Amino acid sequence: MPSAQPDLEQPFAELGLKPDEYERIKEILGRRPTSSELAMYSVMWSEHCSYKSSKVHLRQFGEKAPKTDALLVGIGENAGVVDIGQGWAVTFKVESHNHPSYVEPYQGAATGVGGIVRDIISMGARPLAIMDPLRFGAANAPDTHRVLPGVIAGVGGYGNCLGLPNIGGELVFDESYAGNPLVNALCVGSMRHEDIHLASAKGVGNLVVLYGARTGGDGIGGVSVLASETFDADGPAKRPSVQVGDPFMEKLLIEATLEVLHAGLVEGIQDLGGAGISCATSELASNGEGGMHVWLDRVPLRDASLSPEEILMSESQERMCAIVTPGHIDAFMEICAKWDVEAVVIGEVTDTGKLVVQWHGEEIVNVPPRTVAHEGPVYERPYHRPSWQDALQANEPTASVIPRPESGEQLKETLLQLIGSPNLASKTWVTSQYDRYVLGNTVLAQPEDTGMIRIDEETGLGVAIATDCNARFTKLDPYNGAKLALAESYRNVSVSGAIPLAVTNCLNFGSPEDPEVMWQFAEATRGLADGCLELGVPVTGGNVSFYNQTGETAILPTPVVGVLGVIDDVERRTPMAWNKDSDGELIYVLGDTSDEFGGSEWAHIHGHLGGMPPKVDLQREKLLSEILVAASRDGMITAAHDISDGGFAIAIAEMAMRAGTGARLWIPDNIEPFIFLYAESTGRAVVVIPRSEELRFTEMCAARGLPAERVGVVDSGLGVDSGFPGEQVIVMGDYFTLTLEQLRETHEATLPAIFNS
Amino acid sequence: MSARIDSVRIGVVTFPGSLDDRDAARAIRIAGGEAVELWHGDSDLKNVDAVVLPGGFSYGDYLRCGAIAKFAPVMSLIIEKAHQGLPVLGICNGFQILCESHLLPGALTRNDHRHFICRDQKLRIESTDTFWTSDFEVGQEIVIPLKNGEGGYVADEKTLDQLFAEGRVIATYQEVNPNGSYRDIAGISNARGNVVGLMPHPEHAVEALTGPSLDGIPFFTSAVRALVGAS
Repeated sequence: MPSAQPDLEQPFAELGLKPDEYERIKEILGRRPTSSELAMYSVMWSEHCSYKSSKVHLRQFGEKAPKTDALLVGIGENAGVVDIGQGWAVTFKVESHNHPSYVEPYQGAATGVGGIVRDIISMGARPLAIMDPLRFGAANAPDTHRVLPGVIAGVGGYGNCLGLPNIGGELVFDESYAGNPLVNALCVGSMRHEDIHLASAKGVGNLVVLYGARTGGDGIGGVSVLASETFDADGPAKRPSVQVGDPFMEKLLIEATLEVLHAGLVEGIQDLGGAGISCATSELASNGEGGMHVWLDRVPLRDASLSPEEILMSESQERMCAIVTPGHIDAFMEICAKWDVEAVVIGEVTDTGKLVVQWHGEEIVNVPPRTVAHEGPVYERPYHRPSWQDALQANEPTASVIPRPESGEQLKETLLQLIGSPNLASKTWVTSQYDRYVLGNTVLAQPEDTGMIRIDEETGLGVAIATDCNARFTKLDPYNGAKLALAESYRNVSVSGAIPLAVTNCLNFGSPEDPEVMWQFAEATRGLADGCLELGVPVTGGNVSFYNQTGETAILPTPVVGVLGVIDDVERRTPMAWNKDSDGELIYVLGDTSDEFGGSEWAHIHGHLGGMPPKVDLQREKLLSEILVAASRDGMITAAHDISDGGFAIAIAEMAMRAGTGARLWIPDNIEPFIFLYAESTGRAVVVIPRSEELRFTEMCAARGLPAERVGVVDSGLGVDSGFPGEQVIVMGDYFTLTLEQLRETHEATLPAIFNS
Repeated sequence: MSARIDSVRIGVVTFPGSLDDRDAARAIRIAGGEAVELWHGDSDLKNVDAVVLPGGFSYGDYLRCGAIAKFAPVMSLIIEKAHQGLPVLGICNGFQILCESHLLPGALTRNDHRHFICRDQKLRIESTDTFWTSDFEVGQEIVIPLKNGEGGYVADEKTLDQLFAEGRVIATYQEVNPNGSYRDIAGISNARGNVVGLMPHPEHAVEALTGPSLDGIPFFTSAVRALVGAS
């Protein structure tokens, strides 16, 4: 037992603990905590590690989970694991690194990628690809200019050097993210079923091995308060609290980890992320035999002056912790040496029910690990519907609020305005900084609707992943907005021909202490859980990021939803665009279009946010998905593209630009052209059908009750008749004609013009 | 035919930080060769008939790209054998290693625009008198992925003149010079034609499913065919 602690003041408040939380720690221990214990509890009971404000709401993801045999490992582990058949399993997860990326864009983003990749390898999987949903303030704002290039370079710098293809993500600009950029990172990995590993310290006498990079003073954050207050003032200086990444070390760590796992040398494994050694040791012990003895002075250090509190809390990157039997330790060490990865036995599994940490012979921590890792405080934060919500929803962008384009010229200008607006402009400036080819299994990547990766080169088994969230919809109606994010992501996976299977999420919100923000959170989680139940796709894990706000102003509530789908043979994937052999193929719109502009891109470029988001019909989404998958399986369609941001006109323009071939389109008689072209009604997709398949496809849609309307034909020969000889053009009925060159120039100029200056 | 081709053994070196080693091995198999794993610490070339130095960030690009890799045990063997005629293809980081090893002249520097760049790049094949380009035709235009942060080829004027005069520029960038390479140089060979360095990535253009074209395959079939002919 640590020697009796004198009743001195402890800086618990500076460490982020509330007085009653501090009292609870004293109650658990029956004494005042040591400074090391205080440091440990403070980080593990932080919002980031304990989910204390979100837990009561996140429970719904488990309680409402649809029955499925696909889930091999559920919520609570480093990442959920999904069965995709043929003996293969896939693990995927999205996490936030928002605040660090605002403070230090490059390193914040880089270590965000590093952290999520370690979550994937700690399940026993080989990482296969990354995606990065990003959100920034207005594109032309000075601070966006400061933050965005660094974030892109950091995501690329780390991922490229790690050898993981970046296959997609999001890039959204909205003023609400000024000062609070959202940097989310998703990683997907695969493994054989027998290779799944969990974070648990089983087997008394087994050894606790810390391996990877040395521990330094980076990423310590609040703990340096403690270090400087508890120890002499001349001690280690407060260090920057953003971690610094070394992707080369992470690459070695991946290879060494996979080799020790495949050699059967590991009983349990955990990565070191937030809260470093505190988190890894307490979680491993809590999940296993319940006890662990750690000799903290054995931890290899980059800086010999670090205090034990700092070592416990350091968030130095590229470290892992493994539980290894004494019989396997030599083989384990040999593999680490092969990869030039430093490894040290720092502890032993015990059944004492206590996590004991020693520092040069002195016992500095003696706590029940469950109380640190799993029995943190849980809050039922008060929440209520914001007073302004009704007024916001009543403010529909009707024709009297924003004048609507009517003439052909106006409709054309609207298309050019939208396709060149930062949210819809070409993302090539970003994606060309990412390696999408490495590993040789990238089947689809940005600007496709989904990223698709081949898992098995023999059979062609693969997975598709999309992430989405229109946060303006969530602001207008958090419950349905979250469902809409799910629906869009689900649809994006489906258009590629993959069957949606599982969900991950990154819930980015303002302060949970603001009852109105908490209401948004409660509504969004309820919507997402209900939506997942209705679509039959379970949530496998995710992450919550609160306190994304500047002063009183919170960001748009942004529940980013990632959906993973499986495709049994990637050869039959459906791309987003027709191809050079598609001349004469037919263009159909599936689904219904109505006057829905609340939260749309069209309203956004007019500076308007109000009204209701489009209505969401998940049964329709499910039907659409089944039709798209069947059409892919039976070779009925050449291309399929989701209709969402900017509406049908944007979808067609994107397809034509990608194909390099024009098309002739007509607007159905029974609908106002502006609504047909720009409304953001959901549950819709554009498909391209060879004439020989038209009857079979339309009969399938009719039999299943999915509206399908022929609206155009791929035509490479429209240039001459429309006055643009030698050019590829889109002819929109009698309304307007645009060359692909005009579209491309507008689409591709925007981001370079802003960020190359 | 397959029995003989199976006997063509092409080694792929894995340094710490190599990333495209699996891709290079796949390309060799697709071209009909047998891919043999070589480890940076090996002091044995396992009787390979040729070697590919794959792309990546060997040793984390510490010091300079490729600067540390040249001191790897396996490299001293490769350098020695290359001087004796062993066919060696260095792709991206492999090209950087070949320059650092002085098997090829010049150096690769940071892209002039300072960004990492990944794009489908058009090239013109300038020389087919090498071990790795004989399956192309001079003047042939191909599209293969390019992805690098330090891909700008530089050399002094005399060397550049000499490379062109001797037909040792094997490929040039077309339409866009993606990294500021002098005289649009994308790849070069040594005088003998057995050692080739190429900044773009032919190993990522060997399957219609995953690449922008199949234009990368001839680099590997060139070697396989030459080695079959030689055995």
